[in-house]
Amino acid sequence: MHFQVLAGLVLRHVLLYSRNAIRLIELVFWPAVDLLVWGFLTLFLKENTTGSFPHFITFLIGAMIFWDVLFRAQQGLAISFLEDVWTRNLLNVFVAPVRPVDYVVATALVGMLRVGVTLVVLTILAWVAYAFRLWEFHLMLLPFFANLLLFGWSLGIVSVSLILRWGQAAESLGWAVPFLVQPVSAVFYPVSVLPGWLQPVALALPSTHVFEGMRAVLAGQSSVWGEMAAATGLNVICLALAAWLFAVTLRGARKRGLLVKIATQ
Amino acid sequence: MVLEVSGLRKTFGETVAVEDLSFGVRRGEILGLLGVNGAGKTTAMNMILGLTEPTSGSVRAFGMAMPGNRTAILRRCNFCSAYAPLPSNLLVWQNLLVFSLIYGVRRRRARTTALMELFEIAHLKDRVTGQLSSGEATRVNLCKSLLNSPELLMLDEPTASLDPDIADKVRKTLRRVQREEGVAMLYTSHNMRDIEEVCDRVIFIHHGRVVAEGTPAEVVENSEHASLEEMFIELARSGGGG
Repeated sequence: MHFQVLAGLVLRHVLLYSRNAIRLIELVFWPAVDLLVWGFLTLFLKENTTGSFPHFITFLIGAMIFWDVLFRAQQGLAISFLEDVWTRNLLNVFVAPVRPVDYVVATALVGMLRVGVTLVVLTILAWVAYAFRLWEFHLMLLPFFANLLLFGWSLGIVSVSLILRWGQAAESLGWAVPFLVQPVSAVFYPVSVLPGWLQPVALALPSTHVFEGMRAVLAGQSSVWGEMAAATGLNVICLALAAWLFAVTLRGARKRGLLVKIATQ
Repeated sequence: MVLEVSGLRKTFGETVAVEDLSFGVRRGEILGLLGVNGAGKTTAMNMILGLTEPTSGSVRAFGMAMPGNRTAILRRCNFCSAYAPLPSNLLVWQNLLVFSLIYGVRRRRARTTALMELFEIAHLKDRVTGQLSSGEATRVNLCKSLLNSPELLMLDEPTASLDPDIADKVRKTLRRVQREEGVAMLYTSHNMRDIEEVCDRVIFIHHGRVVAEGTPAEVVENSEHASLEEMFIELARSGGGG
């Protein structure tokens, strides 16, 4: 890994955000809207339901914030790649001494920065609007947070691979891929809600274990090591599979001349 | 030789884009790659740069094989194309800073300033790249392509869309860089004036094959045409144009 190459690739995106304040709005607008809508809905349900919802609002707001971590991490890779496609800069990057791994790591770092900005804004908003203090919860949330970043990167690499293979026609996948796993990731509800045949699929995803673990932590349970180990193990497999897919797709793109086609279309 | 291309072949399905292409570029030499649209020039350049994988044949630069030593080779090369602009949403100095980091340039500020002065665009450093005229954008792109003091520079139609005055300045500057820094260049163009004025040697490609090779004067002399331009037009009209 060459530090200067990484610095150049990351700086290209940071400068883009620093030059254009409207781009920062994109980082916070939708997450903030989601948080407000779901948060107020939860408050309404809590006030108008006679049943017991001891951790309802906590679960939903926690899930909202955590989902955004996953989504922003994936977007960091997918949108950074698309940004190079849109500005026809891909050719300049791929004829430079940039290894594919440098490119992926740099876009992952951009994803981390995006996650950081969104997380700070959502945490403050949740505190102001719902007195939800993310920082008061157990430090145990941090490894789950890290696991979400890793899974977001895997999904980002998959998105980039699909765009590399199918070109700009597959651009919408840059946004859609995380939502393919959302219904089975038990983001807003436990795995037990899913039909029996779908549960093994859900449990094969690291994100499911993260959200199950997050709910356990927020409910005050401390025995979440099993979920954490499962999430980490599955993440290693997912990252390896995503890297393999990217390598195969890039090789195919070079063979078929697709890399040049995408870069100059 | 800084670049050796041997038996290069590329097919896309049934279409043969490049067929048995072999040539070399010597240190400090400017080699022109000529041909009508679809002749295989850009495909050949893409294979040399490692963007496209050859069906067969080999590319070696600085004695190293591509794509095995891709990063090491590309560190000593650079590229400028009329069809690969720098990110339009960054300022000129920001683009040059980003690419000087990517190419590991030392004394970045001094190198960037010197190149901008060489191409007479120092006054554009705070402008948004996407708002430059095509002549200005091309010169910024050329600055980028010389940031790492490359030993081999690949230029894909660098004067396309330039007015005659700017095109002339660009040609003269490239010649100056070649003389002063000893840069070898692989140069594709549709502009025969470019080729005659800039290139030491040319290779004429047609249907992916080399049909003529030598200095621009030799190529004309060995053909039955009065000029490179006439030769080009006849090849284009004989069914190779795209």
